[in-house]
Amino acid sequence: MNRVSGALDRLGRAVLENVEEMGKIVLLFISVLAWMFRPPLKLRNIFKQMEFVGVKSIFVVVLTGTFTGMVMALQGYHGFRMFSAESLVGGTVALGMTRELGPVLTSLMVTARAGSAMAAELGTMRVTEQIDALYVMAANPVKHLIVPRVIAGVLMVPMLTVVSDFVGILGGYFVGVHILGINSGIFIKNIKRLVDLNDIYNGLVKAACFGLILSLIGCYKGFNTHGGAEGVGRATTEAVVLASITILISDYFLTAIMF
Amino acid sequence: MIKLVDLHKSFGKQKVLDGIDLQIEEAKTTVIIGRSGGGKSVLLKHIIGLLRPDRGQVLVDGTDIAKLGDRDLNEIRKKFGMLFQEAALFDSMTVGENVAFPLREHTRMKEKEIRETVADRLRSVGLTGVEEKMPSELSGGMRKRVGLARAIAMRPQIVLFDEPTTGLDPVMTEAINRLIIDTQKKFNFTCVVISHDIQSIFEIGDRIAMLYEGKIIEYGTPEELRASRNPVTVQFLSGSIDGPIRIL
Repeated sequence: MNRVSGALDRLGRAVLENVEEMGKIVLLFISVLAWMFRPPLKLRNIFKQMEFVGVKSIFVVVLTGTFTGMVMALQGYHGFRMFSAESLVGGTVALGMTRELGPVLTSLMVTARAGSAMAAELGTMRVTEQIDALYVMAANPVKHLIVPRVIAGVLMVPMLTVVSDFVGILGGYFVGVHILGINSGIFIKNIKRLVDLNDIYNGLVKAACFGLILSLIGCYKGFNTHGGAEGVGRATTEAVVLASITILISDYFLTAIMF
Repeated sequence: MIKLVDLHKSFGKQKVLDGIDLQIEEAKTTVIIGRSGGGKSVLLKHIIGLLRPDRGQVLVDGTDIAKLGDRDLNEIRKKFGMLFQEAALFDSMTVGENVAFPLREHTRMKEKEIRETVADRLRSVGLTGVEEKMPSELSGGMRKRVGLARAIAMRPQIVLFDEPTTGLDPVMTEAINRLIIDTQKKFNFTCVVISHDIQSIFEIGDRIAMLYEGKIIEYGTPEELRASRNPVTVQFLSGSIDGPIRIL
């Protein structure tokens, strides 16, 4: 009996802790919104973060996008060939990329690259008292550190998704047309027939939501770091894990609402 | 003027401050001494509102900052400068940008004026031509100098020092002590230093307060402290392991 109540106790505590953490992240979001529109805008900081989150992620996003499109064409081809529908490969790759794989893979890559860096950077600033220094100089850390990162996340992840969608379809085209021998005209015609502009828009809305999630969680974990170098390491890991899980779960719900 | 009244603070079950009463005199250097991990930094963080007390008052020029909202607290904070233990320079900015930070944040100075002020403050701490360097290129002693230049950028009325000489060699320790004395004289600010470096305490302190088990158990001039008969103070100043201070 004791063992059962002990387990229930632990379970209850874990649930409470998680709910509390979610609440704190939402509160941070509200304070980000409040500071976002209060002048002066820290444009320099915002552009610096946009460069870091966006421009510097292009290479990994192009690489993952291209190969994802290529492998989808390959897998699709083998499946569709069984009932002689190889011509559908182009449309399938394009639909898959724009609706799902573009936004999700891009945001997972950006989480790994930039979300982790946000947690590590803010975490180091916390343990070396740089965040306290901001408070002491009457400067708000949310405005200086978190707002630029969240803006960069929300704006740049959709832009990277556009890149990812494009190179993914290009990769699919290369494999489908040049390696597997599908007719180029049919490949493109099927993309046009199956993919609606709304598919692309909705994919981009998802990407913006994921950008918000990854930057907010990265900043939250970094901002609340304690316990020296070990704490920074823990914050970084937790940020990547929590942001990735949240992105994948919210993807289901966003899809259920939008499509 | 700063006055602490019956200040209490606990973290979990651990009582760190247990009824602190202390008055810090204007334009003088008050050194707060005590054991490592004995709550000195916690006390300092209360003076500038980084921590809020469980009970008691922190009066800065008559205002209880423990009860202020963020906006009013920030107004009070503009009277302060603080040098952190590891200087806490922003490592994504150059030395010049670090010292200019409070000026850009709170004044409408033109770029030229900012540059001149930054150079002036750096000169006050014995540095020239380092504006373009990154903090990671500086030695520990230089970082502290830059931290002090940033702390006095706005000509604050009060400057707080969190263990300014910890981790420095004897020569650098002496240099930083001289610097604290000289800048205090030049800018005439109220100076609060926390330290457990006995040599520095007597060199820079006009008043010394001894923090032990969450209370101020001794307060006076360096001479008064040297003549103290309080066994805790005597043991602390002599660095003996025999006495009322428990080692573990």
